[in-house]
Amino acid sequence: MLNKIYDWVDERLDITPIWRDIADHEVPEHVNPAHHFSAFVYCFGGLTFFITVIQILSGMFLTMYYVPDIENAWESVYYLQNEVAFGEIVRGMHHWGASLVIVMMFLHTLRVFFTGSYKKPRELNWMVGVLIFAVMLGLGFTGYLLPWDMKALFATKVGIEIAASVPVIGGMIKTLLAGDETIIGAQTLTRFFAIHVFFLPAALFGLLAAHFIMIRRQGISGPL
Amino acid sequence: MSNNKVSRRQFLSYTLTGVGGFMAAGMLMPMVRFAIDPVLQKSEGGDFVLTEKKIADITEVPVRVDFTFEQVDAWYKSDVTNAAWVYKEGDEIIALSPVCKHLGCTVNWEGDPAHKNQFFCPCHAGRYEKNGANVPKTPPLGPLDQFEVRENEGFLEIGKAIPNTLV
Repeated sequence: MLNKIYDWVDERLDITPIWRDIADHEVPEHVNPAHHFSAFVYCFGGLTFFITVIQILSGMFLTMYYVPDIENAWESVYYLQNEVAFGEIVRGMHHWGASLVIVMMFLHTLRVFFTGSYKKPRELNWMVGVLIFAVMLGLGFTGYLLPWDMKALFATKVGIEIAASVPVIGGMIKTLLAGDETIIGAQTLTRFFAIHVFFLPAALFGLLAAHFIMIRRQGISGPL
Repeated sequence: MSNNKVSRRQFLSYTLTGVGGFMAAGMLMPMVRFAIDPVLQKSEGGDFVLTEKKIADITEVPVRVDFTFEQVDAWYKSDVTNAAWVYKEGDEIIALSPVCKHLGCTVNWEGDPAHKNQFFCPCHAGRYEKNGANVPKTPPLGPLDQFEVRENEGFLEIGKAIPNTLV
């Protein structure tokens, strides 16, 4: 049945080369854990992406109940976690996944560093990777505020004060992030929400695309 | 069996598809159940709400009775005021929902001077008889809903809306 549908579409649109381009690629022996178990270190990039997909999916579902408003944010998080079926699981996926994605990304960075994979010709991909790292930290920072509990509020106060300590333009960065010169409140929450669910994910998608296109172009770096 | 050997490739592809599908399902099932929760949640409802209308004051002419109750909308609680058209039919008290069965506007008793003794919906000129029966050739396709009613120390109490029992 599925085969027939596939053949029907393929006959008209010739889709086989498209997914072959994406799916068929060489996995050299030195990165295959079946050959050398220590090659599992090459999995961290893929694991980072896998968890990122979980973050995107669980985040999409969380916004069905969440409201970025100081009166209702905490209440809506409480409701979705305690009153909605599997709310604890879905929020848990997003909560723990957020930490795990940073861990995996860090391990991936270490592997690339210690295998020297950042060297010519892959310098550009390393730079894009550093940008992805920054975007991920930004996602973690902006997402932390959204439950609007005491921990979120004070963590954001501290984070914004750190940003404010930048010489010369620190004050402006603070106002830009918080939406007000002194208050961390209604405007901070809506800004952080917009940054968390629209701006940073958009940046992330672009950077990930560049990251993947480049690695496919250049191939996985050779053995040590 | 010997004629139908499973090749290594087939075995691997079945196993990987199975395990992958199981993992994907484990990931997606909680999220889908989370999303469809409003459809599956049991609505409680049906508590009677005390109105300020004295039973003794109700006549055979429908009057509008407002009643206010606390509505729990997920994380948001608020006081909501609804209305009913209340009149006496013999000894029985009838309370009709003012929600038009066409598209949900609010109907008025004798809202159209040309049609006495009828409910009238201003949106698309839908009309109903006194007992809530929709007048043929006007937009509504069914009779007005009815509220459960009861008496509490001389005052009217209104319960949940039920399909019209008079028509």
